[in-house]
Amino acid sequence: MEYEMVIGMEIHVELGTKTKIFCSCPTKFGQEENTHTCPICLGMPGVLPVLNEKVVEYATRAGLALNCEIAHFSKMDRKNYFYPDLPKAYQTSQFDLPICTGGVVEIEVDGVKKDIGITRIHIEEDAGKLLHESADGTLIDVNRCGVPLVEIVTEPDLRSAEEARTFAEKVRNIMEYTDVSDCKMQEGSMRFDVNISMREKGATVLGTRTEMKNLNSFRALIRAVQYESKRQIVELKKGHKIIQETRKWDDTKGASASLRSKEEAQDYRYFPEPDLVPIVIEKEYIEKIKRELPELPEAKKQRYIDEYKLPEYDAGVLTATGVTARFFEEAVVLYDEPKQISNWIMVEIPPLLKEKELTMENIPIAPVQLAELLKLVKESVINGTSGKEVLKEMFNTGKNPGEIVKEKGLAQMSDTAELEAIIEKIVSDNPKSVEDIGTGNEKAYGFLTGKVMKETKGKANPQVANKIIREVVAKHLG
Amino acid sequence: MSLTREDVTYVANLARLEFTPEEVTALIDKMGAVLDYAETLSKLDTSTVKATEHVLAVQNVFREDVPKPCLSNEQALANAPESEAGCFKVPRVME
Amino acid sequence: MELSQKTIHEINDLLEKKEVTVTEVTESVVKRIDAVEKSTAAYLSLQTEEALIAARAVDRELSERKKRTPLEGIPYGLKDNMCTRGILTTCASKMLYNFNPPYNAHVYDRLIEEGGILLGKTNMDEFAMGSSTENSAYKITHNPWDLNKVPGGSSGGSAVAVAADTAFYALGSDTGGSIRQPASFCGVVGMKPTYGLVSRYGLVAFASSLDQIGPLTKDVEDCALVLNAIIGHDAKDSTSLKLEKKDYTQNLKQGVKGLKIGVAQAFFGEGLQPEVRKSLEEAVEVYKALGAEIVDVSFRHLDYALSAYYMISSAEASSNLARYDGIRYGYRAEEYDGLVDLYKKTRSQGFGDEVKRRIMLGTYALSSGYYDAYYKKAMQVRTLIKEDFEQVFGGCDVLLTPTAPTTAFGIGEKTSNPLEMYLTDIYTVTVNIAGIPGISIPSGLDNSGMPIGMQLLGPILSEEILLKVAWAFENEKGLKNLKAPLGTEV
Repeated sequence: MEYEMVIGMEIHVELGTKTKIFCSCPTKFGQEENTHTCPICLGMPGVLPVLNEKVVEYATRAGLALNCEIAHFSKMDRKNYFYPDLPKAYQTSQFDLPICTGGVVEIEVDGVKKDIGITRIHIEEDAGKLLHESADGTLIDVNRCGVPLVEIVTEPDLRSAEEARTFAEKVRNIMEYTDVSDCKMQEGSMRFDVNISMREKGATVLGTRTEMKNLNSFRALIRAVQYESKRQIVELKKGHKIIQETRKWDDTKGASASLRSKEEAQDYRYFPEPDLVPIVIEKEYIEKIKRELPELPEAKKQRYIDEYKLPEYDAGVLTATGVTARFFEEAVVLYDEPKQISNWIMVEIPPLLKEKELTMENIPIAPVQLAELLKLVKESVINGTSGKEVLKEMFNTGKNPGEIVKEKGLAQMSDTAELEAIIEKIVSDNPKSVEDIGTGNEKAYGFLTGKVMKETKGKANPQVANKIIREVVAKHLG
Repeated sequence: MSLTREDVTYVANLARLEFTPEEVTALIDKMGAVLDYAETLSKLDTSTVKATEHVLAVQNVFREDVPKPCLSNEQALANAPESEAGCFKVPRVME
Repeated sequence: MELSQKTIHEINDLLEKKEVTVTEVTESVVKRIDAVEKSTAAYLSLQTEEALIAARAVDRELSERKKRTPLEGIPYGLKDNMCTRGILTTCASKMLYNFNPPYNAHVYDRLIEEGGILLGKTNMDEFAMGSSTENSAYKITHNPWDLNKVPGGSSGGSAVAVAADTAFYALGSDTGGSIRQPASFCGVVGMKPTYGLVSRYGLVAFASSLDQIGPLTKDVEDCALVLNAIIGHDAKDSTSLKLEKKDYTQNLKQGVKGLKIGVAQAFFGEGLQPEVRKSLEEAVEVYKALGAEIVDVSFRHLDYALSAYYMISSAEASSNLARYDGIRYGYRAEEYDGLVDLYKKTRSQGFGDEVKRRIMLGTYALSSGYYDAYYKKAMQVRTLIKEDFEQVFGGCDVLLTPTAPTTAFGIGEKTSNPLEMYLTDIYTVTVNIAGIPGISIPSGLDNSGMPIGMQLLGPILSEEILLKVAWAFENEKGLKNLKAPLGTEV
């Protein structure tokens, strides 16, 4: 019996607004515990929420970027349950009239394109954090309470871990491009819930599904899906029924475990939020947001292929994040060699970033500096090898390439007279090599070139040097 | 309207309240009386009636996305019955 | 007459003529508190020392400038469910026995701006749930007209403070009659404004879509003065209305000639105390004599209002009170075994019986399987009630009803049967469901000398007309600033 897995996802994305959804506390991540709170997000008696206008804007943007319908009329509702990270003991969310419905995202896995349906996107607030550092209890940090979220709910259209990951990456890409969220998974600004069920291949009825919540990396997503699908198959083959439940994914153990105790009393008693008024969105507003949408990843990638004549691979890497794409585009304006810039961004820059534990987001050099560096190489002021050295120095000091070349005296030796003198000496000192070349051994040229580079401390202009070496050797050969 | 002990226990748990057996009996009585009275609502045909969620026709009330000063950690915790390391404290929670 | 026994506008005249100082006025009311508060027990906490200091500061300020605003230097009371920074705010519950809010209710901020002098926080039914103030976790408040009788609730403390001259005015909150009914029982004026007219920020929520803050005063003119000060848009309350500011004293004395006053037979049915009926019938005659037209009106869905009210208010309350868990503020059980037990013990020990009952009712009404039958149904009935009122006000300018079916009952008399208690709300809850304004004014005394209250209701934002119609009656009958036989020697 062959099984197929059916997956639906709920992606929680923290919106990159400056303040929380219902109060004016800043949303900055990583602050000292309980220093970004106020009576409202603390859920004190008598306080009232007021909706952040940017939340509606960002949610609309997210919806349009995912091809959704934006609701003309939507409202907030209360989802009631008790948990220590929820100060009001209800989460203000959207139940039956969410801000967006009916979208679609196209993914491509193994060359096969497929549409993944978005059922809905709704606005809600994040809960606080529980810290387990106390010897005899659990500590609560309320800073994150009230940070605005959108929840993106998909149709059960995904059929493999790879599809799930590809889809999640694409959504992340789009959210980052449209500036809706910084999507920093390590900071929890994007989290995944997956629902998985198994069924016989070809069947139309859905099997019983289990849910795993708050997966916070693509790796966890893939592993969780793979594990759970296998676990369910094992159970089904034994003749057991799958229990509909929430399971906890433990990434260190690489296994999911039943969270049955959390299942009881999931009666959320949704009702319309009386303290907030409905959100009415007019066509003009939607049109305006649509006009202001930046070029999305798919379109940008295609444009890089068409306009810059870049290979698909390059276009893919450069458009992987909006930050990288913007850096590339700025550099290209200043130095019209897209492939070169692409090479340096794809190959030379990443190891330097990694070494300093930085990302493209906080790269210590500016596009104009990269452009300047590449111009210096093109104009043969320095050679490629020196160029890499200069780049490293730029990362370390933030100085401009021209400055560094001057300071370190890295300017390429292209002066023929100077080089001739050096090469003449080396060729004269290595008669054996000249003899080898005379007998047809071209490899000896490499040896000579090496010596020249060593003598000039790598600054000899390779093309000029090689030309002169051949001339001198030829002369010695008679 | 026959409210059972199970109904009352279920609701009590949802509301994080606990009652003695005598209190449960009294609740069945009192809640039952009010719910019976509420049964009169069921006699009314409201199939074509829109629900009023807000008495006022107010919509689109928003706030600017501008940060304002927060409470200090001390102020936030000033009323806390139990705290540790600048945080609110509860019994160990298994996640 | 002692200064403490005067109305705000009378004090304003004296202050204007510099015949008295704010300090003298405040000293008078503090003296009165010292004399009678031990018998009436209107206050949960007093700020009399601070009040006297504030009074002296206001006098110094006034000596330097001519213009004084109407509530400047006037001492008042605030119901203890309105947050006051630095001052205990308990909602008369054990649950908030030590709660010191780091913020003010918007109305408190407004009164500070107006130069008002806070005397103290008044007693109430716990979390505003009740109609007698007997559900307070701390003390029983006594009706100054008969100390063995209840003041009504849930704003009983505020009503008594005004009735006993231990405050010139007080603010209360009204979710289902909690300002109007105690006003009626205590012989003072009490008004619930249109929903959204007064900000709810800092009012500890009971039922968010029904709660409103309003004034309790010695007469109608004072009510208009206080209303002027507390209404207005507040950006912190999303349900707060944006309107042009009005002066409610402007057309107060215009009279009622040509106005249509509606009377609904449904409100005069069984259960009405005979003296109350008689008093209201006499009031109708007074209005006729003053030139108003009396119109017969009727409602189609009145029978359903009370059930709808209880479903909506309990459901919202169950959600609003879920935040009381002993974690961030308030009462926390001393002994508990694990998190769930912490919640259960804290909430079961911290809340009184009535509050727990309402939470249970509300939780049930919202729980799965019952939402449509109870809560949603109630919201649909709400539409019908709104429409009923719109239809009624299509034929009249204001509606005249009793405020309560009886005068004040004895302490301990009505607590056994909650359904009976609920029935006393029937004249008042429809107002909250529809969001319309209502005012209660004294219309006479019953045979045992207890005050009878008469209620005037109007369409959304008709406060001006209500005050005008109320003033006309009050002025004609001289039933203003009534004095309970409490004396000063009590």
